[in-house]
Amino acid sequence: MLHIKDVHARVEEKDILKGISLNVNAGEVHAIMGPNGSGKSTLASVISGKEEFELTQGEITLNSEDITELDPEERAHKGIFLSFQYPIEIPGVSVTNFIKTAINENRKAKGLEDMPASDMLKMIREKADLLEIDRKFLSRSLNEGFSGGEKKRNEIFQMAMLEPKLAILDETDSGLDIDALKVVANGVNKLKAKDNAVIVITHYQRLLDYIVPDFVHVLMDGKIVKSGTKELAYELEEKGYDWIKEELVK
Amino acid sequence: MQTALVVVVKVFHFNNYRKKAMSKYTEDDLKKELETKEYEYGFYTDIESETFPIGLNEDVVRAISMKKEEPQWMTDWRLEAFRHWQSMEEPDWANVHYEKPDFQSIAYYSAPKKVDPNKTLDDVDPELLAMYKKLGISVDEQKKMNNIAMDIVVDSVSVATTFKKTLGEKGIIFMSISEAIKEHPELVRKYLGSVVPQRDNFYAALNSAVFSDGSFCYIPKGVRCPMELSTYFRINQAGTGQFERTLVIADKGSYVSYLEGCTAPSRDENQLHAAVVELIALDDAEIKYSTVQNWFPGNKEGKGGVFNFVTKRGICEKNAKISWTQVETGSAVTWKYPSCILKGDNSVGEFYSIAVTNNFQQADTGTKMVHIGKNTKSTIISKGISAGKSQNSYRGLVKINANADNARNFSQCDSLLMGNACGAHTFPYIEAKNKSAQIEHEATTSKIGEDQIFYCNQRGIDTEKAIALIVNGFSKEVLNKLPMEFAVEAQKLLEISLEGSVG
Repeated sequence: MLHIKDVHARVEEKDILKGISLNVNAGEVHAIMGPNGSGKSTLASVISGKEEFELTQGEITLNSEDITELDPEERAHKGIFLSFQYPIEIPGVSVTNFIKTAINENRKAKGLEDMPASDMLKMIREKADLLEIDRKFLSRSLNEGFSGGEKKRNEIFQMAMLEPKLAILDETDSGLDIDALKVVANGVNKLKAKDNAVIVITHYQRLLDYIVPDFVHVLMDGKIVKSGTKELAYELEEKGYDWIKEELVK
Repeated sequence: MQTALVVVVKVFHFNNYRKKAMSKYTEDDLKKELETKEYEYGFYTDIESETFPIGLNEDVVRAISMKKEEPQWMTDWRLEAFRHWQSMEEPDWANVHYEKPDFQSIAYYSAPKKVDPNKTLDDVDPELLAMYKKLGISVDEQKKMNNIAMDIVVDSVSVATTFKKTLGEKGIIFMSISEAIKEHPELVRKYLGSVVPQRDNFYAALNSAVFSDGSFCYIPKGVRCPMELSTYFRINQAGTGQFERTLVIADKGSYVSYLEGCTAPSRDENQLHAAVVELIALDDAEIKYSTVQNWFPGNKEGKGGVFNFVTKRGICEKNAKISWTQVETGSAVTWKYPSCILKGDNSVGEFYSIAVTNNFQQADTGTKMVHIGKNTKSTIISKGISAGKSQNSYRGLVKINANADNARNFSQCDSLLMGNACGAHTFPYIEAKNKSAQIEHEATTSKIGEDQIFYCNQRGIDTEKAIALIVNGFSKEVLNKLPMEFAVEAQKLLEISLEGSVG
């Protein structure tokens, strides 16, 4: 589904990604772990097409189509979803209005008519229930005055509504207490299917107890330095990242 | 001087909107409406018209009055205003910079020749009616489909007033001010200039001397006006000024909602618009006055556009309420402060405003709330949106007189900036002479961030739509105060006005 080949990227003249290759197939869950500043969030931004990030080298294809020249909204239309580490506030725009606009813009890009209001309502209810979201929450201004947990839950709610092919969860576990974490993870697991894939970016192994990865990759200084199965995550949790560094030096 | 007059009446394509409003208008409908991005009302039509030569003196004032077959008292009233005006100076305290108009190079009267304002709708020039149709607003259809009575002012003369009969049954008078001067002189004489006196300010004095038409509305005691009353103003003729005069009187215990819309064709030279609106809300009456102002703002280089120097003021007697709602997206220069004199005890004044400036537009707008009666309350919500190289100022006065016990005011002024070359300014003035007054003022300034746009983009929403979404969210508190079809129109205008201002 997603093929990343030898990707180099920079922001404000600073090289952040220094040759990343990654293959994500439909039905898989990949975890990307690594210390602060290793380039995890940059990778998410580069895949989703954030403008400030300049791709200097390499290829990114989604279902065999080169997406590197596409605008972020076009990538979204093709099924890429990013759950933001720091979701943005938009005052005066309700969660419902925002998601309705997003869904209909995506439909429009596919040449479809707007989703009928009744279908939209039904879907909103269904997905809100799945993530144990209070209805009142849906009429609040997007992310404005939301707690950390509410923001993250709202991100996953949007993901549930948009049904992406490739979901990238950037530190979705940060700011969540254990109960909220379970709800969010449970939501992600229910959305998992044979034809979609998930990339989980996290510092900690904790989330991976609930969203079990097929593969774990360790990112350091802009490169994937080690890949493995979920056992690698436990090892990292136990020993930290230093042993990998030492291993690399050898 | 060319004699072609344009008629135009843009009129918000009301029918379409109303239909959509009923079947849940979504923002995507809005998007679809937006295929024409340039100022889309900048066309004109040749209709034979009669235009006075340029220049202003007592003879011109007399000639206007005579042309309109006014009684002597009206002529005298105009002349008195003219004499005051001659001794007055153009105000320059506002935060706007422009080349002052040459008042002797403006034509002060222009009227479609074939239209006799005394005739009924059925007698209206078929060419005009054809034009309405072309614009999708057949007056006839308006009558049937919309619960809206309209008075249409093209250049200077009120062309057609619909719904007169339906309203007449309730005793409501809704007609052009010229007609009212003839048919209801006792009301006009009593109230004209009672809220905005002739010598109130430079532009009000000029308007008082030369106003050519406008709307008049009277709601009798205890009557709730069953429909929205609406007026559209359009400047068509090159080199003319438009000076319309609106007088709305809500008698004791009555209610009326009044809508006002404006457009003008795009022209290279600046056009002058100096209107006066007076509202009188007697005991227990309520007037809701909404404006969507879309005068030509000038082109992207700042050339042309309308100078909009308007005096709007209302007076509230006991327990009365006046609510001003305005969406200002047009004009090269705006100078406008819809105000409330809260004279009666327990009276309420409200001001909800969205002012958008883009390119080289300048707006200095706000309100005055003058608390005279006891327990009077006022609310001010002002949303300024600046883009391009524009300057957007809020200027407001909250004045609490010595006898206004327990007066309360709440003001909120929010500014949204787009880009780095525009300016937002807030000038709140407070004068409180009574210790029991409670005055609150809140202000915020924010900027549309690239992060907000990217967040929307990532969800599949393109940048233009994202800006519209963010701006509409910012303006929501005011948009919510507009009648449904006006709100839709206003959202559309916001989108058009800010097109291409980010990225």
